[in-house]
Amino acid sequence: MLQTLWDNRIQCVAMLLFAVGFATLLLHPNLMKKIIGLNIMDTAAYLFLTSIGYIEGRLAPIVTNASTDPARYANPLPAGLVLTGIVVSVSVTALMLALTVRLYERYHTLDLDKIYLMARQEEEGGV
Amino acid sequence: MSLVYSLPLFCIVLGLVSAVVCSVLPGKWTRYLCFGLTGLVFAMSLAVLFAAVRAGENVLYPMGHYPHPWGNEIKIGVLEPLFSAVFALVLFLCVLGGRTQLHDDIAPEKENLYYVMVCLIQTALLALVYTNDLFTGYVFVEISTIASCGILMIRQVGRTTLASVRYMIFSLIGSGLFLLGIVFLYNVTGHLLFPDLKRVISALWQAGQYRVAMIAAICLITVGLGIKSGLFPFHLWMPDTYGYATPSSAGILSGLVSKGYIFLLLKIIFDAFGTKVFYDSGVQHVLYWLGLAGMIAGSVAAMGEQDVGRMVAYSSAAQIGYIYMGMGISPTVGMVAAMFHILTHALTKPGLFLSVSQLARHTGGSRTLTALQGTARLDRAAGVAFLLGSLSMIGIPGTMGFLSKYLFARAAVRVTPLTLYTLVALAVSTILNTFYFTRALIRIYNRPLRPLAKDNAPKGSFCTAALGFGLINIALGIAAQPLVSLLEQGIGIF
Repeated sequence: MLQTLWDNRIQCVAMLLFAVGFATLLLHPNLMKKIIGLNIMDTAAYLFLTSIGYIEGRLAPIVTNASTDPARYANPLPAGLVLTGIVVSVSVTALMLALTVRLYERYHTLDLDKIYLMARQEEEGGV
Repeated sequence: MSLVYSLPLFCIVLGLVSAVVCSVLPGKWTRYLCFGLTGLVFAMSLAVLFAAVRAGENVLYPMGHYPHPWGNEIKIGVLEPLFSAVFALVLFLCVLGGRTQLHDDIAPEKENLYYVMVCLIQTALLALVYTNDLFTGYVFVEISTIASCGILMIRQVGRTTLASVRYMIFSLIGSGLFLLGIVFLYNVTGHLLFPDLKRVISALWQAGQYRVAMIAAICLITVGLGIKSGLFPFHLWMPDTYGYATPSSAGILSGLVSKGYIFLLLKIIFDAFGTKVFYDSGVQHVLYWLGLAGMIAGSVAAMGEQDVGRMVAYSSAAQIGYIYMGMGISPTVGMVAAMFHILTHALTKPGLFLSVSQLARHTGGSRTLTALQGTARLDRAAGVAFLLGSLSMIGIPGTMGFLSKYLFARAAVRVTPLTLYTLVALAVSTILNTFYFTRALIRIYNRPLRPLAKDNAPKGSFCTAALGFGLINIALGIAAQPLVSLLEQGIGIF
């Protein structure tokens, strides 16, 4: 059991990070920290992906004139997926930040619970 | 390979190009471009559908120069063009019907940005429907999330920003779980294309290897897409999101975006996991019970709601519950019912959202039951649209809603251990649906309590869209056999 955990230590750390990010995104009331949680969660998934693509002792998958033998290179696909994933998470983060700026301008706080409270009071006041 | 099979890829590229072009055109032209795009996609999907039905088998269309298993590809069966045609039609009617309200809700200089997002949603839906690659699915799930948030937050009134933040948080949690599920599957199998995944997964499953990891991956993918489409108990973002969005957006989000995710999940179940592995894993029980709970909980919440917009939104949660319940029943009859209900809901709910907001134009925007009293007498078109939508949601014979319920009941009877629970839940849910929709109908057709604003008569665009939704609903409700046999044929070769 311990040996298995040790063999897969990078994946275990990635899962731990994922859990930390997930919990922060779900439970933390502060919007900035939610966004940080989102990034930790995504990064954990990328760490997991990168770690399976890496093969000890092999070269980065860029063909130089030295060799075209595929057995010499690490798996290039996970790196490609991670790059795509990073683009996705950057755009999602940007959108969340923009929304946060809007909410902050209106309610002058980043605490989502307080914002809900204020929005409800506003609505009841309006009706 | 026939040239017609290139059309899906052409549609996807066309959508992306239109989105880019929309960002530089003035508002009016972007609208025409958007209408043109949905019309073209609809026509091309029908052409592909005819070819696919005639061929009677799946066609794998490779993209780029790298062959299977390295390259990306799209799959064209019977269901893919059918769903993309319906989605394009609904998108067109949503944008058309909510046009007047859209002018009031968003700043004129932002109109073109709205259509950029609509084009992106059209593209994402097409890609979700046609893709044969798990990671492409993930990327377009995220594109669709961003575009949905865009059409939601563009209305800067009241709580929409807050609603979009909530929607985004739930969506991001869903995508995070989905991504992790993909990573697990890739880790175990080393593939991302559906056919390869299916081959390796069933071999590993039979050998009894990596079962825990695969069940975890199936759970993560199912729950991730479930959260994004509003499966109980993750439906709490729905009332705010649909209630505060501009009516076109509410229609698109409830009728299409959530259905796109569900369709991707169906594809993954059939093509990547394989129905045998999925129904051996036990995850379908979770879907079944959560769906059942959603049917009841959504309807109960809708009963307690005084705001008709939010009531319709809670009813969406119940309808999503129906779909997941069908998926949980069985891979054959249950799936046919679930898919039929996807179409029913996509063709009904947007019409309800559009008509509620048209009725609310006579009350200064207030959508409470008391405020809306008598509005349908003043605004016949919106009243009739709401009536037809409600009848379909209740399940009156002659509408698509009735057939959905009939198909669910048929599926329940065939799968004996679940018969009693399903039938009871269907009955209870129908009674609850009848209760809250009839209550709203009685209100809107009653004598008005206070004078109503008369100068907001419905525009031709709204009437066309409302009439379109109503007529399609009734036509397919009366003559549904071709559609059901198409679905059965599609599932047979899925």
